[in-house]
Amino acid sequence: MDVLRGTLIIALKDLRVELRSKEVINAALSFALVILLLFSFAFDPSAEETREIAGGLLWLVFIFAGILVLNRSFARETVNDCLDGLVASPLSGAPILLGKAVSNTVLLLVLELVTLPIFGIFYNVRWTVGLGWLLLVLLLGTWGLTVVGTLFSALTVNVSLREAMLPLLVFPITLPILMAAVQLTTTLFSGEPIAPDMIWLRVLIGCDIIFTVLAGALVESVLVG
Amino acid sequence: MRAAPLISAKGVWKFYGDFAALRDINLDVAPGVTLALLGRNGAGKTTLLRMFAALSSPSRGSITISGAAAGAEETLRSPAQRRRIGVIGHSIWIYDDLTAAENLEFFARLYGPHAPHDKIDHWLETTGLDHVRNRQAREFSRGMRQRLAIARAFFHDPEILLLDEPFTALDDRAAALLSRLIEQAHASGRTAVISTHNLREALALATDVAILDRGRLAFRGPSTAELRAAPEDFYRTYTEPRA
Amino acid sequence: MKNRSSAILAAVSGVMLVITLYLTFLWVPMERTMGVVQRIFYFHVPPFFVASLAILAGLVASIRFLITRDYRFDDLAVSAIEVGWVFDSINLVMGPFWARPVWGIWWTWDARLTSAFVLWLMFAGYLILRRAVADPSARAVMCSVVVIFQAVGGVIVYMANRWWRTQHPQPVMAGGQGSGLDPRMWYVFLFSLATMLVLFGALLQIRRRLERLRREIDGLRRTVHSEA
Repeated sequence: MDVLRGTLIIALKDLRVELRSKEVINAALSFALVILLLFSFAFDPSAEETREIAGGLLWLVFIFAGILVLNRSFARETVNDCLDGLVASPLSGAPILLGKAVSNTVLLLVLELVTLPIFGIFYNVRWTVGLGWLLLVLLLGTWGLTVVGTLFSALTVNVSLREAMLPLLVFPITLPILMAAVQLTTTLFSGEPIAPDMIWLRVLIGCDIIFTVLAGALVESVLVG
Repeated sequence: MRAAPLISAKGVWKFYGDFAALRDINLDVAPGVTLALLGRNGAGKTTLLRMFAALSSPSRGSITISGAAAGAEETLRSPAQRRRIGVIGHSIWIYDDLTAAENLEFFARLYGPHAPHDKIDHWLETTGLDHVRNRQAREFSRGMRQRLAIARAFFHDPEILLLDEPFTALDDRAAALLSRLIEQAHASGRTAVISTHNLREALALATDVAILDRGRLAFRGPSTAELRAAPEDFYRTYTEPRA
Repeated sequence: MKNRSSAILAAVSGVMLVITLYLTFLWVPMERTMGVVQRIFYFHVPPFFVASLAILAGLVASIRFLITRDYRFDDLAVSAIEVGWVFDSINLVMGPFWARPVWGIWWTWDARLTSAFVLWLMFAGYLILRRAVADPSARAVMCSVVVIFQAVGGVIVYMANRWWRTQHPQPVMAGGQGSGLDPRMWYVFLFSLATMLVLFGALLQIRRRLERLRREIDGLRRTVHSEA
């Protein structure tokens, strides 16, 4: 199936390029650790109140470090104008977008899975309980943020102040995804059952579907103009 | 049995706000033709070529390519048709972090079902890059990168070649290689559109000529001996003098 | 879309504004619990409706632009968003002046306020993007795509906020807007809303004309440069 095949080719190429230089993942990981350090001053890790906002803190780390990854996504295609090469090829917009979204999600998940245990240590948070659910929330939340972030990365690729524009545009739109992810993560950290929060899981899935469809529909206009 | 490619612009306009970069362009490129697209900087050559390459869409009108069935025409947004086109633009479209072989492999996969290794080997040899096939493109000299770009464009044996000022900034070796490849393509019946403001170069290779002047198609016809003898005079007759 | 229609609308809205001021300060009865402060309600709430209408107008115009590539729709979209942003700013700024005497706090993150703030950020993002792109063709396409995402996202944000904030304790609101309104208060509210809508229309026309002129000048400038 063409879209699937195209998506895989693009995703693998992006991951291979990233693994060669490891530029972005190193920068993002370092930034995540710096944010954790700053948070430890702003939010006392030993206080009981902090436990209640642990989910929010974690996702803030993810999105601030993650935006570096998303920014780079299409920025790296501007070198030698490779983006033109992709658009001129028989590949339609959808596999280009999905391929990059997949590779970004993989990179972000790596970032998250490395940050999570460190966060657990710094903030004394038990994250192994309900791990399956936690991984699901990470995956769904990351995909939603990434698919919108990747499309907007394509959109802002030639815009000045790109690094500032991307968060300004992406975060208000993806706020529901963030809210849902934070709510679910906080519940999981506190060890309580997840059943009452099922609506948030539905919000996550719903947003993922809506934004993926919307991004797929609009990507051609963004890439070709 | 496939009909030969015919690529055309029908009633094409391109607006940037109120500014018309292209005005009512009607241009047909018959199969087997090598068309030199001439014009000053800013005349609209790159804009038009980018549309042929499906990199941008017309504000009005359409770009079509003859389809597989005789008489059928499809727009260029169709992925299957873009497979028939090879492009050399202002930039080289090569990934610095991939090796020469990996670059060709990647683009081969985009354009075809496989990335045949013998074909990759053949092209690396033809462009004289065989000895650096496993080195990343960022390590290459400028001439080497240009040759890799040429390999990338010709690799999938395109029926239509779109070349935007291809000879600018090419070193001698790359320029000779490109001229040879264009001649070979023409000899085997392929179609090419070469945009340039270097008259002599273009006319050496071209069978047909089109001149763009400030977004309009000022002339379209075969490249005659008279034209080749005094290209500047010919060119001047079809473009309005600047104030 | 000429000088005359915007002049008429501006004149009408000016008159209506004066009438609204009269109604608000001299005609409508004093509200029982909140006193004079409650009168902010007539100027604070209608702009939010206007801003919401603005983003809807922006959405429709953006979709039509992407389909037709007619720049007049882009003119309409940017005008709607820019004027809508002004109205949303009025809404956001006046709110705290009401909240402080009535609730004792300047701000709270309840569903409505959070959504209003997000809406404002979306307007701002669009306007900043607009200024960051020079190429009119790319700019129009990009901004259209952004508005479509923002409108869809905005709806989801509002609904999600309703679910989110109902799980947390709310500050007690002394007599909400819709509860047991004296009919005269309703009339003034609706008249104020009508005034704001007419004012929106006037500003929209003026801004559209401005954008059209800018486009013409830009086109002429490009033509001159291409001849040089």
